[in-house]
Amino acid sequence: MADSAARQAPSRRSRNGTRLRAFAAELGEDVPGLIGFLVLVGIVAMAIFAPLLAPHDPAAQSVLARLAPPAWLPRGNPAHLLGTDALGRDVLSRIIWGARATLLVGVAVVLLSGTFGVIVGLVAGYVGGRTDSILMRLVDIQVSFPGILLILLIVSIVGPSLTTIVVVLALTNWMIYARIVRGTVMSVRAAPYVEAAEIVGCGPARIILRHILPNLVSPLLTVAILEFTNVVLAEAAISFLGLGVQPPATSWGLDVASGRDYVYVAWWLVTFPGLAIAITVLSINLFANWVRVTTDPREREKRFGWSKTARRLAGRS
Amino acid sequence: MTPTLTVENLSVAYEVTDRGGVWPSQRRVTALHPLSFEIAPGETLGLVGESGSGKTTAGRAILRRVDVAGGCILFQGADITRASGSRLRRLRAEMQLILQDPFTSLNPRMRIADLVGEPLTVHGRAGTRAELRGRVASLLERVGLPADSAERFPHAFSGGQLQRVGIARALALNPRLIVADEPVSALDVSVRAQVVNLMQDIQREEGLSYLFIAHDLAIVRQISHRVAILYAGRLVEIAGREAIYGRPRHPYTVALLDAVPVPDPPAQRLRQRTAPLAAPPDMGAAMQGCAYAARCPRATERCRAEEPPLAEIAPGHKTACWHPV
Repeated sequence: MADSAARQAPSRRSRNGTRLRAFAAELGEDVPGLIGFLVLVGIVAMAIFAPLLAPHDPAAQSVLARLAPPAWLPRGNPAHLLGTDALGRDVLSRIIWGARATLLVGVAVVLLSGTFGVIVGLVAGYVGGRTDSILMRLVDIQVSFPGILLILLIVSIVGPSLTTIVVVLALTNWMIYARIVRGTVMSVRAAPYVEAAEIVGCGPARIILRHILPNLVSPLLTVAILEFTNVVLAEAAISFLGLGVQPPATSWGLDVASGRDYVYVAWWLVTFPGLAIAITVLSINLFANWVRVTTDPREREKRFGWSKTARRLAGRS
Repeated sequence: MTPTLTVENLSVAYEVTDRGGVWPSQRRVTALHPLSFEIAPGETLGLVGESGSGKTTAGRAILRRVDVAGGCILFQGADITRASGSRLRRLRAEMQLILQDPFTSLNPRMRIADLVGEPLTVHGRAGTRAELRGRVASLLERVGLPADSAERFPHAFSGGQLQRVGIARALALNPRLIVADEPVSALDVSVRAQVVNLMQDIQREEGLSYLFIAHDLAIVRQISHRVAILYAGRLVEIAGREAIYGRPRHPYTVALLDAVPVPDPPAQRLRQRTAPLAAPPDMGAAMQGCAYAARCPRATERCRAEEPPLAEIAPGHKTACWHPV
């Protein structure tokens, strides 16, 4: 017994090692996916190590240095690489610090609303009948209720905080997952391989997790990415109303929103935080596309085929 | 010996919702009229009929996949008509299904090893990883698939190979009965015979029974010991293979056999069409008399008024006809 356990332990470690190597190798097959992954890692690292990276205190104001353009323009100040805002705060430092709230809210909201919406959709689609009708009417009610009104209501009662924003945004964004999941579950449910699984003796839990859920990966990834962008902008709107991220803390959305008033005199105030949002979403997209292909055996084989052909052609020329 | 499967007066009805009018109305359609037959251990019963004749419904009812309206199903002598919960789950291990389309009946996201091993896993018979791998490997070898197919995904295989995977999956639990619902009709003609041969080999080794549902009479002739003919949800004739193909007694069976083309054009042209072309019966409409009367060349007044009972007209040969051929 002990002997076999001892023999298994190193093999498991090496299996983890090979898995990591396989992941790296497979990511290498898809250059855009690799770039997306690396940029994402960089952005997350930037958020984590914000205190070490930021050249200035993001909240430090300086009336003398206000609305300084980026360093490479005439009148630019080399101390403020991306310029300063109307209160003389360093734009670069604010972007570095803002990544924290933006990523936290975006990821937390997508995960929370996604989980809830997927569960509702799975139950509605799998059980069907009256349960389905009730759950879907609930979704309809929530959709028809203006989200911003609900947010204002809840935030003014509970008081603004990061947790409140996450919960409130999750509460107003889960419906799309429920609808998409329900539709897919209903169509996959009727697939012969689900009947085959039932005949073989699989229970509902196994059928949902092993046979139905994997088919939801690609639509869910697509929706979750779109939703991430939405959430970032929604957080900006709430923060702009003074109900979200509270100064001196900052987020990209808040910076875009407050920089809007200065678009004509100081374009860098909206451009750089906006670019940060765009780059983040783009890299998530590229990486998610890789994940989508990797989780679908058929697509995955095609990718290997492509890269093999590409290598052969490159070798010939 | 106790028959593997005994079906007594099994009937199935569907509730159909008519949404034509302002208010939807419910209507009951009898998909399967009281049906009785037996399958002995190691025997294959071929179930033949045209589209909509209720052959798939019969297979699903026996596996308890559709609700039974009346009659009873005995599996190895035990009544399973009302079995549910864990008993039904255990029964499922004894009775398996092979589906028609191998391309859609295997989850495209699972490896062959996981698909074939799944029945063992869900019934808690998998054992250790190594044992499961061994079982899967022997099952794959059994159905004639290369050992390296275990790590592949379904899309890497042809239809015939996938149907072999389906058979391996059905065999994993050592069932006593396999309902094969048109197992070869989605396959190329060239591989049909291979799959049927495989099924026969397995039957010889394991002594299991098949309910072989099909509309291809040549394939049914090859694999079946006995053949049952369904028409409009009714059993019209059941007999041993030689009797059905050699001396069919029901006019519908005669028409079916005549519809098989002869591989000789001049001879084919000379043949007479025995069955007048007519629309298949509407299953929903209430019917009086013999269901086949409208299409039958031998129909008389009696046929239109009274439904013929299934009667034994020769040893082991039953037919439901007032005027057997």
